[in-house]
Amino acid sequence: PPAHSRSDWIGPPDKHSNLRPVIFYVPPAESPLERRLREARQEAQACNQRFWARHNRAFRQEKEEFIYSRLKAKGLEMRDETGQKATLNAEEMADFYKDFLRKNFRKHLQYNRDWYKRNFTITFLMGRVALVRALRRLRWKKKNVEQ
Amino acid sequence: GLFVWRLRSAGVRQVPCQFMHLCRVANDRLITFQYFNFLKRMYVTQYNKDLSQRAKPKSDSVVSPFHELQQLDQERKVIHKISPVSPVHQSWCETSSRNELRETKSTAETEDLVTAVGAESKEDRQWKEMKLRLDDLPGILARLSKIKLTALVVSTASAGFAMAPVPFDLPCFLLASLGTGLASCAANSINQFFEVPFDSNMNRTKNRPLVRGQISPLLAVCFAASCGIPGIALLALGVNPLTGALGAFNIFLYTCCYTPLKRMSIANTWVGAVVGAIPPVMGWTAATGSLDAGALLLGGILYSWQFPHFNALSWGLREDYSRGGYCMMSVTHPGLCRRVALRHCLALIGLSAVAPVLDITTWTFPVISLPINLYISYLGFRFYRDADRSSSRKLFFCSLWHLPMLLLVMFTCKKSLLEKEDKGDLRGESHGRAMEIRLP
Repeated sequence: PPAHSRSDWIGPPDKHSNLRPVIFYVPPAESPLERRLREARQEAQACNQRFWARHNRAFRQEKEEFIYSRLKAKGLEMRDETGQKATLNAEEMADFYKDFLRKNFRKHLQYNRDWYKRNFTITFLMGRVALVRALRRLRWKKKNVEQ
Repeated sequence: GLFVWRLRSAGVRQVPCQFMHLCRVANDRLITFQYFNFLKRMYVTQYNKDLSQRAKPKSDSVVSPFHELQQLDQERKVIHKISPVSPVHQSWCETSSRNELRETKSTAETEDLVTAVGAESKEDRQWKEMKLRLDDLPGILARLSKIKLTALVVSTASAGFAMAPVPFDLPCFLLASLGTGLASCAANSINQFFEVPFDSNMNRTKNRPLVRGQISPLLAVCFAASCGIPGIALLALGVNPLTGALGAFNIFLYTCCYTPLKRMSIANTWVGAVVGAIPPVMGWTAATGSLDAGALLLGGILYSWQFPHFNALSWGLREDYSRGGYCMMSVTHPGLCRRVALRHCLALIGLSAVAPVLDITTWTFPVISLPINLYISYLGFRFYRDADRSSSRKLFFCSLWHLPMLLLVMFTCKKSLLEKEDKGDLRGESHGRAMEIRLP
């Protein structure tokens, strides 16, 4: 993002986590409230990124392992005659999906709780910041009018 | 839009598109426009690679870069082409036509598809300023509120209104529709607000406004409040308190029960089906002011319909659900998934037969609706027995036209008020005549 920009910038989805990273603008006269908001957002972003990158990597890896083990059980190779990767059909993969979901269930429950809490906190802080800014602008306008 | 016309001129069998106008689906996770996108993407992917089913998430780094790019382009292309088609019925026709055309699609056409969206995918990879532009706002809010789904919810509610055995009251009808629409917008916005990281990880939902940072969460919540509060107030004060209460309850059920439950237990499907069943009940109570058996029957029909529809759809999305952490029957209890779908297809037959008993329709309704109910039950049975992609897709697409047709037939077989009045008069007349005879 350009150096002179005064707003946040959001980028393309990350390859591992599929989340879009945000670069936060730090205004020169940042109030403590605004700093709290920015830090909360940065922390949430980092936390989400960590979780999903690891989760998706694990998914891909376990999927590969599953395919490999199943193919081996069937006596097939990883790549067929045309050189393309051999894959299992949906019904065979269904066992893997079910297993993966079950294994990660607790992890998801914890993440959900965490995410909801963060989401509410951030949105609430945003509300407060917006309110403070609006009041400040009103006061400034009133001062201008009086002058 | 262009693509739709091309398909049509290719002489594809036209699904009764006129019925699409009356499409009423009441649950967002089911018929969303994005679902079709995702399905179409799967078809394109399948046609080109045609190995096994494989939803290609973007993070699939195993595939070679060029191949991935081409795949993505095709996927993006589909999205890109679909989005300009605004009326839902067009995109649905396209989906069904596409379904037909899948086998016979020429390579040239597919390549044609690939060309245009290189531009869009490139744009998508750039960094964007997170600043709200006012001229983008209507589009963003439309996507945030899932406006197409909202339109379908409103039409289900109007079906409920139309079936109520009272004279048609236009102002009431308009107020009820507007209130329901606003409530639906609010619920959908809150749902998106809650699900940002999960939406980013699923192919179907990764282009939503909050995921793309086009709008801040604060604004999304404010929008939801500014739709929901006036919407419910309109229903409670402008129509009647019962409808308002049902609307508020439905918002609560959807945002606070269904959305979190999706990640905790498969019970979410049943809760979601109730969410879908409530709008027609709201329409009925808006017209009559009371919760009669007729309202419950209409709600029951929508409730049962949700299961074959959603279960068939979710059969093809198992990978994304598993990775995203969503607890859906198709992933965890596949046998149950198919059983429930079949069970509810059959229930639809039963419910249709109850309608004349409750004086909502004439006896012609169960008779005329029997063929379509039997057909969907047959597809439900095939899905139950075969449990594969083709049977799930057939069932899903059948459910798309089955509901509008069923509601249309129901409306045409509605027991008119005049009939009821005539019956009353006749009885009165014969009574009078009997009296006359007695007093010469």
